[in-house]
Amino acid sequence: MTKRRRTGKGILAPYSLWALLFIVVPLVFVAYYAFTDNDFAFTFENITRFFTTTSEVEGTEVRTYLLIFWRSLKLAIISTVICLLLGYPLAYIMARAGERAQKVMMTLIMIPMWMNFLIRTYAWMTILQDTGILNGFLSALGLGRVHIIGTESAVVIGMVYDYLPYMVLPIYSIMAKMDIKLLEAARDLGCNGAGVLRRVIFPLSLPGVISGVTMVLIPSVSTFYISQKLGNGKFFLIGDAIEGQYVANNLHFAAAMAFILMVILLVMMALMKRLTDRHVYGGGKA
Amino acid sequence: MKKIIELKNIKKSFDGETVLDDINLDIYDNEFLTLLGPSGCGKTTTLRMIGGFEQPDEGDVIFMGERINDVPPHKRSVNTVFQKYALFPHLNVFENVAFPLRERKVPKKEIEEKVTEMLHLVMLSGFANRRVTSLSGGQQQRVAIARALVAQPKVLLLDEPLGALDLKLRKDMQQELKKIQKATGITFIFVTHDQEEALTMSDTIVVMSEGRIQQIGTPVDIYNEPKNAFVADFIGESNILDGVMLEDLKVRFSGHTFQCVDKGFAPKEPVDVVVRPEDVDIVAEDKGMLKGIVTSVTFMGVHYEVIVDIGGFKWMIQTTDFVDVDEHIGLYIEPDAIHIMKKSEYSGLYGDYSSFSDEIDELIQAEEEAEAEAESEAEE
Repeated sequence: MTKRRRTGKGILAPYSLWALLFIVVPLVFVAYYAFTDNDFAFTFENITRFFTTTSEVEGTEVRTYLLIFWRSLKLAIISTVICLLLGYPLAYIMARAGERAQKVMMTLIMIPMWMNFLIRTYAWMTILQDTGILNGFLSALGLGRVHIIGTESAVVIGMVYDYLPYMVLPIYSIMAKMDIKLLEAARDLGCNGAGVLRRVIFPLSLPGVISGVTMVLIPSVSTFYISQKLGNGKFFLIGDAIEGQYVANNLHFAAAMAFILMVILLVMMALMKRLTDRHVYGGGKA
Repeated sequence: MKKIIELKNIKKSFDGETVLDDINLDIYDNEFLTLLGPSGCGKTTTLRMIGGFEQPDEGDVIFMGERINDVPPHKRSVNTVFQKYALFPHLNVFENVAFPLRERKVPKKEIEEKVTEMLHLVMLSGFANRRVTSLSGGQQQRVAIARALVAQPKVLLLDEPLGALDLKLRKDMQQELKKIQKATGITFIFVTHDQEEALTMSDTIVVMSEGRIQQIGTPVDIYNEPKNAFVADFIGESNILDGVMLEDLKVRFSGHTFQCVDKGFAPKEPVDVVVRPEDVDIVAEDKGMLKGIVTSVTFMGVHYEVIVDIGGFKWMIQTTDFVDVDEHIGLYIEPDAIHIMKKSEYSGLYGDYSSFSDEIDELIQAEEEAEAEAESEAEE
């Protein structure tokens, strides 16, 4: 028993080292830079700067970074919700489909991921431009043109397209493993199709939903490239802000923003986990 | 007695393979009926058809006089205890049991009363707030029973519910299920491959093999008057011999003519003869109706299991008298220990104790065939 545990640790060692070097140490550096100035003296200035910097937008004074952060969060949440609404039924259909159909659908979902992220985003630019493929198609049908590029919608479309697989896959993998007998039991005990979905499938798939939401929300909050290309740079997001500060060699402020973003996301994830945990296990206190 | 379920000429096949072949079965109100047979005999499919999880290709499922072939499971007044319980892991014990009541929008107070009553019935009163994943197999089993009974179905289906429990617990649960059935007055349809379980619990046993019903009867009938070699072999131990009915009350097998109690066969009709191992007396060689050599003796606790070679056929005899291997003994058989069956497709397949399981038989046969092949090749 003890011996076995020791070999287990032995196998873990390289991974622990890897995690230490490439996850823990960089995080420590981020925190260190966030709380120091250019001379590496301890300071809260970077943090306060994030919350207090103001600028004028359309005649009113706003807190610049809070506004940017709020905008990022809003777009990320919208994208995540859309991914969930699209991805959940898709995952369900996939999990219930025949073996061959499952493989085909899985491949179709994976194929875009084999292509470079930048190329995918450029592709969306050519589709969504005012003179792009979508508008060509619409006007050919006599439906007029729409202006999408450079709007928040374009950014959301780009994010949904890029991140949808990260929503589908974890939900699908949980649903595919789900014991079919549980669904039969629910039907046997009086549930119709909707009842089975609401009372058994959904609660049991929640862990998949949580990982899906996490895997979509976090990269979409901190994305910068999509907003630059599809938003025509009009929607400055927190990712863009961090990138801008980094490029401008303001490493300490960039680190501070990254740090704040991380803390806020951690708090959000923790809250969500608490909420769903209660939903899953607290069913009956009666 | 009132018929509650009728299965009429039910046929079902999966991917061209026949699973149920013309099943006809009447199930009466308030009875404990067991579908008994080896795996793949169609017993579970029959159960699922009553539950609404399978539709027959042909034939009708009648529930209280109404055809319910196309009625989905949630609209049938039938509940199931699943093989591996299928408890909802995201709900605690109380909520698992309350599940069907919540679906029916039963008032909160009534739910609480009914669930409490059910948990009491299955002796899990203190467990309401426990996670089902923290329960033992036996306790999970009880939750599954409570959950299936709480909505007061007309019929309870049990799909090998005791298979995963250890022997002693299984015996307790057998008693308890029987008790619950009596207390609730609900018709139980129980699926098992364990003949002992079927004999101890059932009012009626339905023996199935290869998608067909072989025999329907009370446990005593099935044991004492098996209809064919399959039933005789599957229920308890049997020596099954090739015989000829000379005339009423007279049968010849193993080179001896015996008095028996069966009649109504044609003169000289070939028959299968069943002699249960516990009904054979061992006597001195010169006093026996049959003579043979003991080839093996196994101590079983209550008795010895003796295998005797009589003219190449291996008999099994259960006796409390000790005999030794290679001993020459005589066998004495009372007329009422002999049961005569019509010949069937199962004749000659069962009842010789050279081995116990079909699997060994198949392996031996395959080996012999391989040897024969090798020999014929050598000859060439």
